[in-house]
Amino acid sequence: MIASRKGLFTASRNAGGGVWRVTSHHFHGEPITQVLADPRDGTWYAALRLGHFGVKMQRSTDRGLTWTEIPAPALPTKPTEGPWAGDETPWAVDLVWSLAAGGANEPKTLWAGCMPAGLFRSQDGGDSWQLMDSLWLDERRKGWMGGGNDHPGLHAICVDPRDSRHVTVAISCGGVWSTQDAGANWQLLGKGMHAPYMPPEAGNDPNIQDVHAMASCATSPDVMWAQHHAGTYRSTDGGANWSRTTAPMPTDFGFTIVADPVNPLRAWVVPAQADTHRYAIAGAMCVMRTDDGGKSWTAFRDGLPQLFAYHLVYRHGLALAPDRSTMAMGSTTGGAWISEDAGESWTALDAQLPPIAAIAWAK
Amino acid sequence: MPIVSFAPQLQRHVPCPSQRVTATTLGAALREAFVAAPALERYVLDEQGHVRKHVAVFLNNEMIASRRDLTQPVAHEDVIMVIQALSGG
Repeated sequence: MIASRKGLFTASRNAGGGVWRVTSHHFHGEPITQVLADPRDGTWYAALRLGHFGVKMQRSTDRGLTWTEIPAPALPTKPTEGPWAGDETPWAVDLVWSLAAGGANEPKTLWAGCMPAGLFRSQDGGDSWQLMDSLWLDERRKGWMGGGNDHPGLHAICVDPRDSRHVTVAISCGGVWSTQDAGANWQLLGKGMHAPYMPPEAGNDPNIQDVHAMASCATSPDVMWAQHHAGTYRSTDGGANWSRTTAPMPTDFGFTIVADPVNPLRAWVVPAQADTHRYAIAGAMCVMRTDDGGKSWTAFRDGLPQLFAYHLVYRHGLALAPDRSTMAMGSTTGGAWISEDAGESWTALDAQLPPIAAIAWAK
Repeated sequence: MPIVSFAPQLQRHVPCPSQRVTATTLGAALREAFVAAPALERYVLDEQGHVRKHVAVFLNNEMIASRRDLTQPVAHEDVIMVIQALSGG
């Protein structure tokens, strides 16, 4: 599933092998900001950001044959008095940036992270959404920043497979937050992250860290990975403490990071030329993988454009299939590639697609 | 009674025919019109009840001045048009 600026595409190949092809196009012309194929029941969810008419959500229970509009996450009425009356952040959802399925023991639970950085939970498969007030009304939200966007956004949601009440989220720029009680209370994590572009006394403040993407290892959920504005990081204690990994050559700037669900030492990034340029380093694309917990990284370029290639892969633009070997990647200039050897070689999808925001695998 | 109509671009998402309403203010007229198509409200107004920034509301061929203050009165034969604002090149 490919969420693009001009609709949702699917790509597939015949059962037995063959060439990957674009096979369907949904919501023609509409910007899709996120997509989820719920691994628990196969339901598809698409988040739309209509240019004129705001954020919408669509759901399909028949693999995209038909879609039904469902309510979109919405912020409450902004108070006219009290500590939030003067909040500079608009109390209106501008985009749904992340969607995640709840745990296996809560089949109708979904999580949605938005910009501005509100976190919502649905307990009825998207028929209604509840704002996590406890996070939205935390005074520390006033210290968050928008990074490259007008307002901070919540783009990563990791539900602990061991305990679905334990959820860890990442915000750009608002650091890493975790709840142990399904959102009633939140802890600010992220010790060890450093923002060198901030005033010196603020550089280590967990509340302002610009985490571009975050992922956890499904079978070792305490192992988490983060692509930060300034470096790639790894945590072995559920995000409480982070260590910057050895810089992938020649930069550790980028947006996406993908964790292997079984091997806690393996992760992938797509480096970009930092940070004012934001395209493939020297116009040559590569995917980098570590197999040793971030001590070293290997660049893979086979099949990726190496000359005048100014692609950028956004934070949700790289996805690993459940087989842990097949990967899909999409770029801001509409390039899309498939790898069937854990990122070591790539084949371009024969399509000139719109800018790609997110990629997800569906069974 | 004032007439409220919605542009085809809006009706592409949520059908809603032009209709006469009994309300006497602009905001109330819009909300009365939304009764016929409740899903349309979030296409026109955001969570705060403000007209979305890329939606334009015209009252008798004049675009309303404020997206937030929808208390201006509407009269018997007034025409309220809701369209998508032109944006981009």
